[in-house]
Amino acid sequence: MKSHVWRTLFVVILLVVGIMVFRLFYVPSDFGSGKRGFMYSYHRFSNEGEWKAQPIKYRDTGKQKMHEYCGECHDDVVEVRTEDLHGTIACENCHGPAFDHPEDPEELVIDRSRALCLRCHTDLPYTTSERHRIPGIDPKEHNVDEMCVDCHDPHNPRLEDM
Amino acid sequence: MERRDFLKKSIIVVAGASVPLSALELVDPKEVLAANPDIHWAFLLDTHKCVGCGFCVKACKTENDIPFNAKVTRTWVERYVYTKDDRRYIDSPNGAQDGYTESRIDLGQGNFKEIDPENVGKAFFVPKLCNHCETPPCTQVCPVGATYKTDDGVVLVDRTWCIGCGYCIMACPYGARFFHPVEKVADKCTFCYHRITKGMETACVNACPFGARKMCNINDINDPVTQIIMNQRVGVLKDEFGTKPQAFYIGLAQEVR
Repeated sequence: MKSHVWRTLFVVILLVVGIMVFRLFYVPSDFGSGKRGFMYSYHRFSNEGEWKAQPIKYRDTGKQKMHEYCGECHDDVVEVRTEDLHGTIACENCHGPAFDHPEDPEELVIDRSRALCLRCHTDLPYTTSERHRIPGIDPKEHNVDEMCVDCHDPHNPRLEDM
Repeated sequence: MERRDFLKKSIIVVAGASVPLSALELVDPKEVLAANPDIHWAFLLDTHKCVGCGFCVKACKTENDIPFNAKVTRTWVERYVYTKDDRRYIDSPNGAQDGYTESRIDLGQGNFKEIDPENVGKAFFVPKLCNHCETPPCTQVCPVGATYKTDDGVVLVDRTWCIGCGYCIMACPYGARFFHPVEKVADKCTFCYHRITKGMETACVNACPFGARKMCNINDINDPVTQIIMNQRVGVLKDEFGTKPQAFYIGLAQEVR
């Protein structure tokens, strides 16, 4: 073979070897594919651990867990709530994330805004939707500029108890 | 053997034995996965129960540090309004992060449409999120191996490896991916991987007061939610795409896609 062929071939081989050496150092050693194969799961395995280590902000305060944790200190409120209409709403929806409460934050920031109540209690003309079963108001007419919680007790929202 | 030699050798043996053990525990997540090889996460959404309060979106954005003032979200709620003169309106203002507090439809670009309440035929809300497909198109197109499906069925994005090219955002037929404005990488629902792997509910499931969102291990046939998926009439979005979504819906309409 002539020397100009060798020269090109040498450059190509050098490039390939160079890229493979670079790859050897650059690609993390735990790159690979799990049981779902190369097409769907070629990845760095340690990334799964990184996602698992993300900080948790919300506790599990669904109806059952609320008894267990929030009720340890606030049993008076939890007892009223769980029996009543708002009992299905998780505490943290209004009281804010409380994973490390009472250490951090010591006091939760409570969202008392009208906007929070209006998420469910704006009257929408959707008779076929579950939304229709929730009592609703027209926010442009019903005591504008006043806080809902000034009159209504969110823990015991029954109108007859107002 | 002298006392000094014995101590030296035993120190070497103890050090040698403890290093690979701890290294295995930290480095090899296959070991961790092998503990639960049968888990396959799936999601169930009941559109009959959703009232469009948007607490799920609020909880998701708070839990996962998605900015509230950016028009991106990992989960969102859509509103469908059918009028009696056979028109269909669909909107999702800000992904419903503040719920639906107005009856007018957001047509986009600052235009709104007020619908006469007498004219409303049927209306409903549909919560949406990443479907964590069995054959996800988004992970196929990733040129750098940054997005992948875990063995327990969750599609994740490797933030240190993502180059932000946006192929996966284009590839997702459900529009579930977006470009994270702070992290500058592709982002999506993780099924709250940091919570479900510790036995907790996802932030959105936890926040939903009406039980419209539920999660289960679809391989566990004794799970009550798995029972619903197996025994009741559930549907998936865009079945014809062959993506095999793992988010199942009760009460789908053909307009919901």
